[in-house]
Amino acid sequence: MTDPVPTAAVLAVRELRKSYGGVPAVRGVGFAVPAGECFGLLGPNGAGKTTTLRCCLGLTAPDSGTVELAGLPVPQAAREARYRVGVVPQFDNLDPDFTVTENLVIFARYFGIPAAQARANVPKLLEFAGLGDKATAKIDALSGGMKRRLTIARSLVNDPQVIFMDEPTTGLDPQARHLVWDRLKSLLNAGKTLILTTHFMDEAERLCQRVGIMDRGELIALDSPRNLIEREIEPQVVEIYGDGVRDWAAAFGRTASSRIEVAGETAFCYAHDATALLATLDGWPRLRALKRAANLEDVFIKLTGRDIRD
Amino acid sequence: MTDRSALQPMPGASGGTLGVAPDAQARFRPLQVIGRNFLVWRKLMFSSLVGNLVDPLIFLVGLGYGLGAFLPALDGVPYLNFLAAGMLCYSTMNSASFEALWSAYSRLAVQRTWEGILHAPMTVRDVVLGEWLWAGACKALLSGVAILLVMYGLGVVDGLRPLTVLPVVVLIGLCFSGIALVVTTLARSYDSFTYYFTLVITPMMFLSGVFFPRNSLPEAIRLVARVLPLSHGVDLVRGITLGRPLEHPLLNIAVLLGYGLLGVALAIRIARRRLTK
Repeated sequence: MTDPVPTAAVLAVRELRKSYGGVPAVRGVGFAVPAGECFGLLGPNGAGKTTTLRCCLGLTAPDSGTVELAGLPVPQAAREARYRVGVVPQFDNLDPDFTVTENLVIFARYFGIPAAQARANVPKLLEFAGLGDKATAKIDALSGGMKRRLTIARSLVNDPQVIFMDEPTTGLDPQARHLVWDRLKSLLNAGKTLILTTHFMDEAERLCQRVGIMDRGELIALDSPRNLIEREIEPQVVEIYGDGVRDWAAAFGRTASSRIEVAGETAFCYAHDATALLATLDGWPRLRALKRAANLEDVFIKLTGRDIRD
Repeated sequence: MTDRSALQPMPGASGGTLGVAPDAQARFRPLQVIGRNFLVWRKLMFSSLVGNLVDPLIFLVGLGYGLGAFLPALDGVPYLNFLAAGMLCYSTMNSASFEALWSAYSRLAVQRTWEGILHAPMTVRDVVLGEWLWAGACKALLSGVAILLVMYGLGVVDGLRPLTVLPVVVLIGLCFSGIALVVTTLARSYDSFTYYFTLVITPMMFLSGVFFPRNSLPEAIRLVARVLPLSHGVDLVRGITLGRPLEHPLLNIAVLLGYGLLGVALAIRIARRRLTK
């Protein structure tokens, strides 16, 4: 699917296609990201998110389709476009031979920023990343969360318009994730455009104004998390688990909920009003029920299925 | 950290002006890669320089005096003087090869330094050219100067003429760093480099006239030796340090440069395929 390209788009992708050895990885993806938006690209493993991102940055040439990044055609003018872009890769590639400060100053050199100017910017960047007291620390001495924040700080050395982040919080503990989210929100408040991929639906729901859901190389949904939840799924979800859940599901599942999925020992029941459904549980003392509002993960699972992708 | 007012403002929220270098077209971008490697080298400078000096000193003293005591004059000069020219070439080759193999591979595949650089406005060509010049010119020159100092110290050379080997040292360095970068960009692990040393560098060392004159080799092997780039380096360096006229200087230079340029051009293509697929 494709959405119309607004004129103020920082990133515009049209009909993007890319195959590897005859196997299509991206099949006709199109979307546009206006300035100041946080856009999330979601999808199971192998959905084509990273390939799409690499095409956007000009690190991979697509077979067909066009990309316009910061007003420049990519990959033709990818190098020039990257002057206005920051990148936070999925795997940290900080330079272990250098200290925290040196990492920032040396990365700035690749942009042609004079060392004196780069050095003058370091305290602000470290302050922003919450690494003010780590200026002279070695990279090995940093925790995973600190490394990720330093990578984010490094992506800002050129004061970019738009920052690409490939799974920015994968592998971080909850405290570190919250700190990264907080920093990303601060970037959005400062008017930056963020484009991120993630496996965490709560992350996408929390940060992104709009998300695109990819599956098997195609963009299968594109909207705000709230609209997707309203449009794609019943508002209430009851998760039922415990001994006999399959018997209960066979007896009441279909009639009490508008949609039901049994995965392992848990029944996921989707309903517009769960009152009647909860009432059916009275005679089943060994079952436990958790009622909650529908969220983006429910939409994601509905659209991409419960199968494991490897 | 949830209090919005406590957040530090974003440094310079102007959006992409800082990074747009006015000299973007003019600057020689591989220089940034060389600069990065130089800063790392500077941290370990002491041990690196000691290695550059001690290694050839041991070879020259051990083989030159030790073995030389049993040998007659070779090519009309004491064995030490004969060997010194060969050692200069051999050490240069080793130094450039090590840097362009193990060290460059670490930056490519282990530390992902190259990947990081490519996220900035740099290209694969910038990175590979930078590595080529760093290993082939800078590291080779460091090792070449160290051996030349040892040679002056041992009285093997004197005067200013031997200094003209330094451009040849750079040629040898660029030749072997170019070839090594092909191996590096193809490699999937450090193991490939052991093969490369065993199958390419070691035979090169024995067939190119480093330790003994090539004319003592059988005719067939001598023909093989003539296509080996190190032979051409040895001919140039030995001619200069022994103060003799050079026989085929242009051919020697062309062969060294040809291998180096061909190597680096191929390495750029392979690296591009590897990093931007």
